Amino acid sequence: MRGSLPPAEPFTFQPHPEARDIRRELPRHRGKHRQRQKMIHSLFLINCSGDIFLEKHWKSVVSQSVCDYFFEAQEKAIDVENVPPVISTPHHYLISIYRDKIFFVSVIQTEVPPLFVIEFLHRVADTFQDYFGECSETAIKDNVVIVYELLEEMLDNGFPLATESNILKELIKPPTILRSVVNSITGSSNVGDTLPTGQLSNIPWRRAGVKYTNNEAYFDVIEEIDAIIDKSGSTVFAEIQGVIDSCIKLSGMPDLSLSFMNPRLLDDVSFHPCIRFKRWESERVLSFIPPDGNFRLISYRVSSQNLVAIPVYVKHMISFKENSSSGRFDVTIGPKQNMGKTVEGVVMTVHMPKAVLNMNLTATQGSYTFDPVTKVLTWDVGKITPQKLPNLKGIVNLQSGAPKPEENPSLNIQFKIQQLAISGLKVNRLDMYGEKYKPFKGVKYITKAGKFQVRT
Amino acid sequence: MSGNGHGYGEQAGEAAPELAQEAAPTTAPSVPAAFGLFSSDTKKNEDLKQMLESSKDSAKLDAMKRIVGMIAKGKNASELFPAVVKNVASKNIEIKKLVYVYLMRYAEEQQDLALLSISTFQRALKDPNQLIRASALRVLSSIRVPIIVPIMMLAIKEASSDLSPYVRKNAAHAIQKLYSLDPEQKEMLIEVIEKLLKDRSTLVAGSVVMAFEEVCPDRIDLIHKNYRKLCNLLVDVEEWGQVVIIHMLTRYARTQFISPWKTDDDIVEEHSENNFYESDEEQKEKDRNVKKTYTMDPDHRLLLRNTKPLLQSRNAAVVMAVAQLYWHLAPKSEAGIVSKSLVRLLRSNREVQYIVLQNIATMSIQRKGMFEPYLKSFYVRSTDPTMIKTLKLEILTNLANEANISTLLREFQTYVKSQDKQFAAATIQAIGRCATNITEVTDTCLNGLVCLLSNRDETVVAESVVVIKKLLQTQPAHHGEIIKHMAKLLDNITVPVARASILWLIGEYCERVPKIAPDVLRKTAKSFTNEDDLVKLQILSLGAKLYLTNSKQTKLLTQYVLNLGKYDQSYDIRDRTRFIRQLIVPNEKSGALSKYAKKIFLAQKPAPLLESPFKDRDHFQLGTLSHTLNSRATGYLELSDWPDVAPDPAVRNVEVAESAKEWTAILGKTKKEKPTEKFYSESEEEEDESASTSATESESGSESEKEDKEEGSSDESSASSSSSEESSDSESDSKESIAKKASGAVKESNAEEIKRKAKGISKTRNTSSSSDTASSSSEESSSDSKSVSDSRSDSDSGKSRSATSSKKEEKTAQDRKTASKQDVFLLDLDDFHPVTTPVAVPTAAVLSPSLTADLEGLSLSGSSVIDVTTQVFVPTKTHEMLHRMTGKGLSAHYHFSRQPDMFGDHMVSVQVTVTNTTDQKIENIHIGEAKLPLGMRIHEFNPIECLEPGGSATVSMGIDFCDSTQTASFQLCTKDDHFNVNIQPPVGELLLPVTMSEKDFKKEQACLSALYLLSNPRDADRNE
Repeated sequence: MRGSLPPAEPFTFQPHPEARDIRRELPRHRGKHRQRQKMIHSLFLINCSGDIFLEKHWKSVVSQSVCDYFFEAQEKAIDVENVPPVISTPHHYLISIYRDKIFFVSVIQTEVPPLFVIEFLHRVADTFQDYFGECSETAIKDNVVIVYELLEEMLDNGFPLATESNILKELIKPPTILRSVVNSITGSSNVGDTLPTGQLSNIPWRRAGVKYTNNEAYFDVIEEIDAIIDKSGSTVFAEIQGVIDSCIKLSGMPDLSLSFMNPRLLDDVSFHPCIRFKRWESERVLSFIPPDGNFRLISYRVSSQNLVAIPVYVKHMISFKENSSSGRFDVTIGPKQNMGKTVEGVVMTVHMPKAVLNMNLTATQGSYTFDPVTKVLTWDVGKITPQKLPNLKGIVNLQSGAPKPEENPSLNIQFKIQQLAISGLKVNRLDMYGEKYKPFKGVKYITKAGKFQVRT
Repeated sequence: MSGNGHGYGEQAGEAAPELAQEAAPTTAPSVPAAFGLFSSDTKKNEDLKQMLESSKDSAKLDAMKRIVGMIAKGKNASELFPAVVKNVASKNIEIKKLVYVYLMRYAEEQQDLALLSISTFQRALKDPNQLIRASALRVLSSIRVPIIVPIMMLAIKEASSDLSPYVRKNAAHAIQKLYSLDPEQKEMLIEVIEKLLKDRSTLVAGSVVMAFEEVCPDRIDLIHKNYRKLCNLLVDVEEWGQVVIIHMLTRYARTQFISPWKTDDDIVEEHSENNFYESDEEQKEKDRNVKKTYTMDPDHRLLLRNTKPLLQSRNAAVVMAVAQLYWHLAPKSEAGIVSKSLVRLLRSNREVQYIVLQNIATMSIQRKGMFEPYLKSFYVRSTDPTMIKTLKLEILTNLANEANISTLLREFQTYVKSQDKQFAAATIQAIGRCATNITEVTDTCLNGLVCLLSNRDETVVAESVVVIKKLLQTQPAHHGEIIKHMAKLLDNITVPVARASILWLIGEYCERVPKIAPDVLRKTAKSFTNEDDLVKLQILSLGAKLYLTNSKQTKLLTQYVLNLGKYDQSYDIRDRTRFIRQLIVPNEKSGALSKYAKKIFLAQKPAPLLESPFKDRDHFQLGTLSHTLNSRATGYLELSDWPDVAPDPAVRNVEVAESAKEWTAILGKTKKEKPTEKFYSESEEEEDESASTSATESESGSESEKEDKEEGSSDESSASSSSSEESSDSESDSKESIAKKASGAVKESNAEEIKRKAKGISKTRNTSSSSDTASSSSEESSSDSKSVSDSRSDSDSGKSRSATSSKKEEKTAQDRKTASKQDVFLLDLDDFHPVTTPVAVPTAAVLSPSLTADLEGLSLSGSSVIDVTTQVFVPTKTHEMLHRMTGKGLSAHYHFSRQPDMFGDHMVSVQVTVTNTTDQKIENIHIGEAKLPLGMRIHEFNPIECLEPGGSATVSMGIDFCDSTQTASFQLCTKDDHFNVNIQPPVGELLLPVTMSEKDFKKEQACLSALYLLSNPRDADRNE
């Protein structure tokens, strides 16, 4: 690439002929000292069909051919999930993540904590999601300039600079239809020209000068049940993982404190940087100056001593006949004790064995699909009514001649229960200091299935 | 070389503004001609060029957006370089930013043209907006053009003393870039790093440690004094910085503290926090006590305590960093606290899981107990990717013990049936390992594995065979039945490893299955030619072993097999055949060895150890890339072993050592500002506030977990007290220097009028610097500052950049008036950094050497009288005034002759050498109109009538700089031309050198501090 052009002459400026000579005499260091460059060197975005659709270099340019090692590993791994996140090549190390059908492949030259890079790449993907509503190839291609500006702000010389969404949004305004219209008329830009004040203060996550006419603070307590249920219906492993997602639209610099009725339930907690750790340690109160907008306040695990009430049960009968090309499939889902709440949004997905050709089933409720390529059966049940339990029953067609699948597939269940935190966690009160107005406060509880698996 | 580069950079710097000015209304006639150059290139970029030439910003922006799109796709857009680079000075900030993006990508390829943009950045470096300053520095340092190294160096030095911590942060980033561009700058860069390490801003800490790790990771000594500060700031540093700092501190701690592991049981720990921050004296006292039992160094404890809250971070990298810190540094009894957090990370996405599981795998080998309570969290789900499954399995196997093995085996049973055969095979391996490790279950496992031999899947069977073989080898006693069973399987199994394993087993234990073994040999002899190499080798050994034990039945068969092997395609097999034949078939050549053939072949073989693949990984630091790859990555820094004897812990005390007093006194000035000074007080207080707030914040953060059990109120107080302790600690050096600074302060309060006058003088240049200050202070004031403490916490040199320079003016101004020698001596050494002036560029490199020379001069004589020293050393360093290119062949250099000026004692004498490099005479060289700041005067040199081609002439002139470092700009004129030139004096050149003994110095110093206390103007006079 280099040197393919004729020596370009500037249009208006003719350097003194001797000036050029002087410069030529200078020994050029180029390429000599590359040995110690830390952190992220380059980033390639690759879609599922193996096209590199975006590349960004923070230091000198690394050729696309480095991705060949990645493709090689991808081929070896068969499915995308198994591509190793860290690949070693003769001159570089590739650390990649897979998000929303895109591989984010970063090129590293020297020792670096791999989690550092992985966490950062996820932050990049989160930011795209935040800016464009989705983190997809088309969204990135459509907004390539903003993507570039973002990457430029997020990383300097391969070291993260600004990753906080509140700050980025002050530096580079997210695209909206209105703004793009305005910009095209007035010629103004999406780029902020002052340093976000947050960068310098002790609260880098909050932007300054926030103003709302309606001041609101919402907290969603979302709990997920991770469980493995064995064949006989007994619980092998169950655990409750929760998060509190917040949507805070408050003017000025509110100082909030959130307290729980039963904070002892929380066994292991991770905090948004805004939370004052000390207050939590001493009083078990969440005290913080919130970022503006949506963010995850805490995530927690409920201590494992507590028995987890599993809200659904599954009756299943899956069998494959020896020396025949068919099998039977019969699954019923029912609610257990739920404190009077209904279980809704129930979806069951099953990865059927490879030998399965097709399935002929009847569902008493909801609809099912079977993808003969990926062998995934999805049954969208909806709400469970205790009076009439949903059931899916029918025949499984197997490849003739293939050996009988040895193991029955496990069933992955998703469900949702509104207005219930399965652990019993309850928010006691929310107080606001530092501002005079009275905000509208809201707390919502929801329980979901996390990694909920029934072995059959 | 660097001189050349320097010169050129300067030249470009002057020339490029012209370009930028012309570039704006750009439809000049020269354009079509330039287009002609590209006509041979692809036409498709023609429209982009036209758009870039257009006068409308929107068109330019569109063009730039398309170009960035091209870069993003990896297309070559380098031919647009000249068109793009002209827009670098665009007013539109978005265009500007996109041009920056372009520049960073292509500057390296088009170095010549990239130089045109440098001056824009240099100007932007002086911009009042800190964001613009910072981004200019970022781009400037990202342009990988070796010629601009000196400019970068200068920019970094300046930025490292910037008022804005954001700019300083960027300076720290730039250090790494410059270092990778030109490692020869290392020494200078280390100086900057050293300075930035002292920075109290949380914003800077992470970046500078990063730079430290990259440039000079072995200079542990730079960390000592900053260790406690870093520990205390850690909670408030942004998350990425935390990771870097924690890794660095892990390495540091391993070299500075003794191992807490040896005497884990009898740790006497100092939990009483009161002791901790008490005066250094007491601490030293404590350290002097020879410890019989192990006592953890309080600094060691500080690190552990301050990192613990970070386990609660949402950032997986931070959690992992703390986990590895505890693993490598904490007493074994405490390392357990990290497991909960690591297990939490397993809820994260698969990449994080992968890395965390790997680290847990390594940990769980050495300390099972840590993760035993979380056994079930490692249970495998069918939806996990295979790599996660195998890692979880690995951990489960490591955690297996007598108590949980039955549950685990039940779990394994499910896994064996998995559709994922690779995983099923791994499970069988795991069962094998459990069987060898836990003797109680060996038989159960073996039976289970034998059952698996009838599995339909070949990989499962093959794996079982291999594992059974290993198991049998560990206890071969009475397993004839199993061997027989396996021999029967041989007909059906096709996987080479499995077949080879069976054959080996039969050969090894052929005496236990005397009837079957020859039959197996017969069968395999038949299929020999179709077997895999691996199997062939085993057939050969089986034959050999049978020949030795049962030669009657198998002699012919073995010979047949050996013959087959002799003509095999693989040389390995031919070799083996030859070797075996020589060994077992007796002939005259075979010699002594064949006597021992039986012993050789049927020797007792040690059983293989079934080990975890993670066993040897712990020699890599956890959480590193090397650990993940299990091989040394480039740039991996080895974690040193604990020292046997701890190095002196006093090095971390932030206290001025006696010997360094004189220096720190001087250095201290750069760091310290007079809080009383009205003129700058606004910005200063702001700075102080924010600094102290952050200090308190960080302190309280760390406090919280010291006093786990105590209640909030007591917490609060101890936090603040210790914070002030801490700050006084670290600033003792600056306090010392207050005394010396007194001189300046006193006189300022003294001479009001003089001050006013000085202000007036400096007004012109203050406009630029004070607008700077104002803007940043206003920004700061908008940010919330809760706890306002008016402790005189240090405002670092950065803040004093603009302040000191003007202060200096004031001081020197009246110093001259009173003509006080000792003040001349004490004054003005404070500025070790190039002073920013609107045009400052070239002098920085020569500054410090000349200053050092001055200082040397000072300490030379031992006389008790203060003399004005005559020059012992006049640096020959000349500065360029006019480059021959800009001067159309006339070049001019100047240097400071350091002689009393003949034109008057306010004048600094400057020698100017003008050289004619053209081939014509230059006539009437003289000084033209001068644009001088108020109060400055120039004594012109006598015009040079005529300068022959190649000739040069030296003249001397005098400039009264008014004791400021402002630039004197004037015109150098020839008969038919005139050139604008500047002279900027380094601070040292404005001084009068004096000599005094150390004693005298101290005396003078003492007087001054007394003065300060009295703050009485007349006292000052009397003393003088």
